[in-house]
Amino acid sequence: MVTRMAKKPDLLPGTLDMLILKTLTRTPLHGYGIALSIKRLSDDVLTVEEGSLYPALQRLLLHGWVKAEWKMTETNRRARFYTLTPAGRKQLGIEMSQFEQMIAAIGRVMSDAREA
Amino acid sequence: MNPIARFMRKLSILFRQERFASELDEEMTFHRTQVEEELIAGGMTPEAAHYAAMRQFGNASKLREQSHEVVAFRAETVVQDLRFALRQWTKNPGFASTAILILALGMGVSVAICGFVDAALLQPLPYANPERLMSVNESNVESPRWPLSYPDYLDWQRLNKSFSSLDVYSGSGYLLRTPSGALPVQGERVSGGFFKTLGVRPMLGRDFYPGENRPAGANVVLLSYGAWLRRFGGRRDVIGQTVDLDNASYTIIGVLPRTFTFAPSGNAEFWTPLNSFSTHEKMRTFYNFWGIGRLRDGVSVRGAAAETSAIAKQLQLQYGITGRTLSASIVPLYEVIVGDVRPILLTLLGGAGLLLLIACVNVASLVLVRSENRRREIAVRGALGATPARLVCQFVTESLLLAGFGSLTGALVAAGLMKLFARLVPKDMAANMPFLGGVALNAHTGAVTAAIALMAALLLAATPTLRLSFQKVRDGLAEGDRGHASRLWQRLGANMVIVELVVAVVLLAGAGLLGQSLYQLLHVPLGFDPNRLATVQVMASDRVYKSDEQTAGLRQEIARRVSSLPGVESVGLTSMLPVQCNCQIDSIQIQGRPSHGEHNDVDERHISPGYLPTLKARLVRGRLFTDADDASRPGVAMINQALARKFFPGEDPIGQRITDDEGGRPSAWEIVGVVDDVREGPLDVDIWPAEYFPINQTHDGYFSVVVRTRQDPVALLPLLASTLHQFDTNLGVSDEDTMSEQIDGTQAALLHRSSAWLVGGFAAVALVLGVVGLYGVIAYWVSRRTREIGVRMALGAQRSSVYSLVLRQAGWLTGTGLSIGMVCSVGASLLIRNLLFGVQAWDPVTLCCVAALLGLASMAASFLPARRAASVNPTDALRAE
Repeated sequence: MVTRMAKKPDLLPGTLDMLILKTLTRTPLHGYGIALSIKRLSDDVLTVEEGSLYPALQRLLLHGWVKAEWKMTETNRRARFYTLTPAGRKQLGIEMSQFEQMIAAIGRVMSDAREA
Repeated sequence: MNPIARFMRKLSILFRQERFASELDEEMTFHRTQVEEELIAGGMTPEAAHYAAMRQFGNASKLREQSHEVVAFRAETVVQDLRFALRQWTKNPGFASTAILILALGMGVSVAICGFVDAALLQPLPYANPERLMSVNESNVESPRWPLSYPDYLDWQRLNKSFSSLDVYSGSGYLLRTPSGALPVQGERVSGGFFKTLGVRPMLGRDFYPGENRPAGANVVLLSYGAWLRRFGGRRDVIGQTVDLDNASYTIIGVLPRTFTFAPSGNAEFWTPLNSFSTHEKMRTFYNFWGIGRLRDGVSVRGAAAETSAIAKQLQLQYGITGRTLSASIVPLYEVIVGDVRPILLTLLGGAGLLLLIACVNVASLVLVRSENRRREIAVRGALGATPARLVCQFVTESLLLAGFGSLTGALVAAGLMKLFARLVPKDMAANMPFLGGVALNAHTGAVTAAIALMAALLLAATPTLRLSFQKVRDGLAEGDRGHASRLWQRLGANMVIVELVVAVVLLAGAGLLGQSLYQLLHVPLGFDPNRLATVQVMASDRVYKSDEQTAGLRQEIARRVSSLPGVESVGLTSMLPVQCNCQIDSIQIQGRPSHGEHNDVDERHISPGYLPTLKARLVRGRLFTDADDASRPGVAMINQALARKFFPGEDPIGQRITDDEGGRPSAWEIVGVVDDVREGPLDVDIWPAEYFPINQTHDGYFSVVVRTRQDPVALLPLLASTLHQFDTNLGVSDEDTMSEQIDGTQAALLHRSSAWLVGGFAAVALVLGVVGLYGVIAYWVSRRTREIGVRMALGAQRSSVYSLVLRQAGWLTGTGLSIGMVCSVGASLLIRNLLFGVQAWDPVTLCCVAALLGLASMAASFLPARRAASVNPTDALRAE
């Protein structure tokens, strides 16, 4: 089965999982909260498509990196809150270090290009 | 991270799909509400905010699908497709069962035949390095493979450098003494190194010791596995025990392994070393021993043949042997064992392959027609958003399921057919086909099954897929549209039907020719009346009936007792029944003439005075034998017309003398009578010259009794056997059968009958499938043109012109199929000309009959759709659009 995930070009591919895990390090959040948090923290630069967010959350659940439980929000509505698990925290570390390596590598290439 | 945990979670979601979906829904609704509220807070009207949120979210069910795909098993869509396919089938069981049946039939037959081909032609013989084993024999102009004489064998063994070992074997019957009387059993006398040459070691006990094969060696015997199991209860302590064979005691020294078979020896149970010889066997010109040899490394078959031929010539010169030009025949043993069945197996394999082709073509066209009928469904599903990949996936799943079921059924059919075919081979013949035991669903045939299944699957998956890719969704929705796609299918379908018809013609022509061969074979002149004849073999031990007088007395007593049985008209004795083989050959000279050259081998039969009258053979000249022609009188002979024609053209043979070597002493036989040719040799071989000697002037302890009865001879058989047994329990009595059954059971009759029946069966199936295929194409063609026909009729076309329109289309297909088929079938028949008897490969009668049969069947198949077309109501046809 061929699946096409519609991803906004402004989000670096492969970073969504990391962003979600990162936003969950401080406090458990529901899906909307995660999207909002990413948007705010990035000063409205990064928007997370719902079409990507929920499949990504399912993927994280599947890997056991987050846990989900139904709770009430401040506005007294039922919402599914996602919590980072220890395995998720470890995974975040791995992804962050990979990401930093990549950024550094890209930076080196780009600065070299500028000098040339 | 943990794959097992992930799998478990997927599994738990799979079992709680409802909950998963509702939770996801709730979660996303919550999200949308939040977005909405946010927008309202930003100053939008609630309505605008609602739509904006919806827009931002996009297609909710698509979102759900995407989330679901993350957690779903890949197999889930497959399961969906499978369920859908099965539902389709149950809705339309005719299609599925027809397709599976056709596929299973085609596959079953091909795999079964492949099983035989594999076992017979591909599996190595059960010996060490079988490819180095040669059948080593003499040869002369008339008989390319001719047994060795024992002195020649010893010289060949001594002189040759090509073979690391050279051994001989010679079939032999024994009378085994059992508590209930004597029992004739098959044995084989072999030279000492026979089993070492083959590379076979006894599973129990030991092989022959070197001394045991020299004259006056100990009487020892090796048992075949079957004999050990049946006659000695498979006891391990039989080693060292003795058995009584021909009133002599033999010590059992070993048991041959279960896998051991040696086709030329048939079912031989008792294997003894060659250590005593009759007077004949010590002669250089008594050819009775077949040789096998193991080629030395680096020696080619040709090299070995050249060397042994030179040895044969040298020996011929040295010993002044005249009458034939001797050389050597070196043939791989494998050729000797499977040579007979190869052409028939290859023919059957060809037939089965064609049948498989026709089956695949038919199933493919079925699938095509079906996908054609589902154009609308496909178009609708495409319009609802199914991607082409998804649609192809669905079709491939259906095809694979079809191929899978078909193959599974096919494998079962194959297993059944293999058992059935193996059982159809009569026991006597099966003994010479040791490979029959290896015919089964094994690794090889399994691989063939898998390969065919894969091919079928690919074919079935490819046909509708190719068909789909030609199609635009829009075309499919507009049902009235008769785009190029249906024309394409029509052309493809027509070509397929032509292929089927060609195959059907080839198989029908083959079956016709083989059937005619069989008919010709069973109606060759026999020279006697085979009806109401009962026969039985008698074997008397020469240790009990020592003198010629005793044996003569035995024969007289047997004839007397049998003729007094109820319903017996007359009784005759012969050394060998007719229509069996051109064996027991004598090499003759005509007295008073210089040596007649090399072509003087004739069949030699020893007969009682009553034998020829019992057969109702016609006496042409002279007289029959009488009881007075006994050992005390000079030798007399009768000859057949073939001999008279060959050696006495334009002369009166009566009174002439034949001379030959009888047991080392030259003998002369005065010809007293000429009999019309009685077919002594096989049905499919020209009549040989034959000579008959009075059985009382020879000393055979082994002969056949032939009884002419007044009623059905089958009824007499048990009585015949029990009478002989009661007379002397030490007589070996066996093979009681009617003459007709004996003839039907000969190799020639069996080969021709089995090939005719099998190819006939294939042809019948091919005919049905081909005609059904034609019907399908014509019916489809008519259904596609209903509107056009309606218009034609509305414009005044007569029913007859509609008929001719449809029949012309069918006639064109049939005609093309027939003419290509005729050409192909002549080619195919030339390939099987070895199996044809008394009929030419291009036999016009057969070809005309095939053409007529197929033409009629095709016309019948196309008449139904033609009638449907002609009965189209123009108004209905036009309104239907």
